[in-house]
Amino acid sequence: MSTFHQDDHFYLARKSQTLRLRARFFQSIRSFFIKQDFLEVETPIRIPSPAPEEHIEAIPSGNWFLQTSPELCMKRLLAAGYPRIFQFSKCFRADERGDRHLPEFTMLEWYVAQFNYQQLMHQCEAMLIATLKNMGYDQYLVRQNRKIDLTSPWERITVADAFFRYAPMSCPEALAKDQFDEILVEHIEPRLGADRPIFLYDYPAPLAALSKIKKSDPAVAERFELYIGGMEMANGFSELTDADEQRRRFEEASEVRAAKHWAHYDMPEKFLQALQTMPEAAGIALGIDRMMMLLANTAIIDDVIAFPPETL
Amino acid sequence: MYTASDLRKGLRLKIDNEPFIITEFNFVKPGKGQALYRTKLKNMLNGNQFERTFRSVDNFETADLREKKMQYLYKEGDKYCFMDNENYEQVYLTEEQVGDAVNFLLDNIEVEILLFEDRPIGISLPNFVDLVVTEAEPWAKGDTVSGATKPVKVQTGYTIFVPTFVTEGEKIRIDTRTGEYLTRVKG
Repeated sequence: MSTFHQDDHFYLARKSQTLRLRARFFQSIRSFFIKQDFLEVETPIRIPSPAPEEHIEAIPSGNWFLQTSPELCMKRLLAAGYPRIFQFSKCFRADERGDRHLPEFTMLEWYVAQFNYQQLMHQCEAMLIATLKNMGYDQYLVRQNRKIDLTSPWERITVADAFFRYAPMSCPEALAKDQFDEILVEHIEPRLGADRPIFLYDYPAPLAALSKIKKSDPAVAERFELYIGGMEMANGFSELTDADEQRRRFEEASEVRAAKHWAHYDMPEKFLQALQTMPEAAGIALGIDRMMMLLANTAIIDDVIAFPPETL
Repeated sequence: MYTASDLRKGLRLKIDNEPFIITEFNFVKPGKGQALYRTKLKNMLNGNQFERTFRSVDNFETADLREKKMQYLYKEGDKYCFMDNENYEQVYLTEEQVGDAVNFLLDNIEVEILLFEDRPIGISLPNFVDLVVTEAEPWAKGDTVSGATKPVKVQTGYTIFVPTFVTEGEKIRIDTRTGEYLTRVKG
């Protein structure tokens, strides 16, 4: 289809306010972390072996893959003695495209040695409040004519309680019926963070991914997600530091992946080796594009980047 | 057969021996969780709608639908009359069956009539149609890149928002699935 240059300019020009806001958001986040004595790092986007995960598929790049997250390399830095690190990075996930998904998106990821997930929730809240204040959002965000109050402390609710409060069945029942994701998406997520940001925490152990199991309750993992305005914004956890346990989980995930004919990844051996000396730590990934959707008050992720893939 | 990753707005499926069209579609996925495809489905025979969420492992039957070129003749009461140009048979569609296609329907134009097991059940529009702008406010020069829009009327009487630089008499391309302006077209 032939388009006029004028039309292309029109679609980009319409985004000018949002793109300026996006640049300020980056600057504001960066200055927060620098003040907090974090080191900004860069890790490779193209990697030989991503973490095998059941529901995340990497995009191949030659014989290697585009990263689905910078997690493995950042943890190798942690293990080597960099205790406070952050980075903005492009992440890639195959077949993820929707109003809230882009196959290439921007992630803010940071790690703190000697932190647990509770401390990290506090820090995430403090970071966003400071960052948004710096941009002129003193107390509220407005989303679809509804005010979201940013005043500290933000709400917290366990996954089990969220199911109890909002879902037609309990969390163990949903897991047993293999309905966890459906219930989460249909009944719980839309209710989370409508008026104030909320942390959903203590995920069922089978959904622990790369997080530590809670000592006082082995049925759950020390993992949390931040929700604002019904949208998942960030995922964080107390990091699993047991290399044997991590290998076992990777092997399990690889089997599930093989069963659905997903790509085979070699075991990320250098990461597993580094894990043996990695200090206790907590880490979190926050979706920059999703946060921008809030700031720009839009329901479509395409509105917050200059070039959605279909426009290239 | 379709798989869940083929699902998109406008796709037509057969469920319980009836044809359905996806009227709303969204991909949802908790970050670490599985991909889910939330759809709103409309029964193409009776217009009934319902919502359903699919997983990436689900498969779907394709509906036995075909299109036949016919000419739009006239509207009679609340029925729209079309003629099969091969055998001159006339078929009728209700307002409900024509639906949003009415925004893009010109007298005597050739359209694709949708047949489900040889019964006419609706109009099958191309994804894009080009229509002439018949009414528009003049363009204030210098307003090229402001990103502002204005309403204009096209030859079917349909009102649509377009960039301010679009002028009367120009032909514009419209996405019939969203009803939205895409671009100007030459000629």
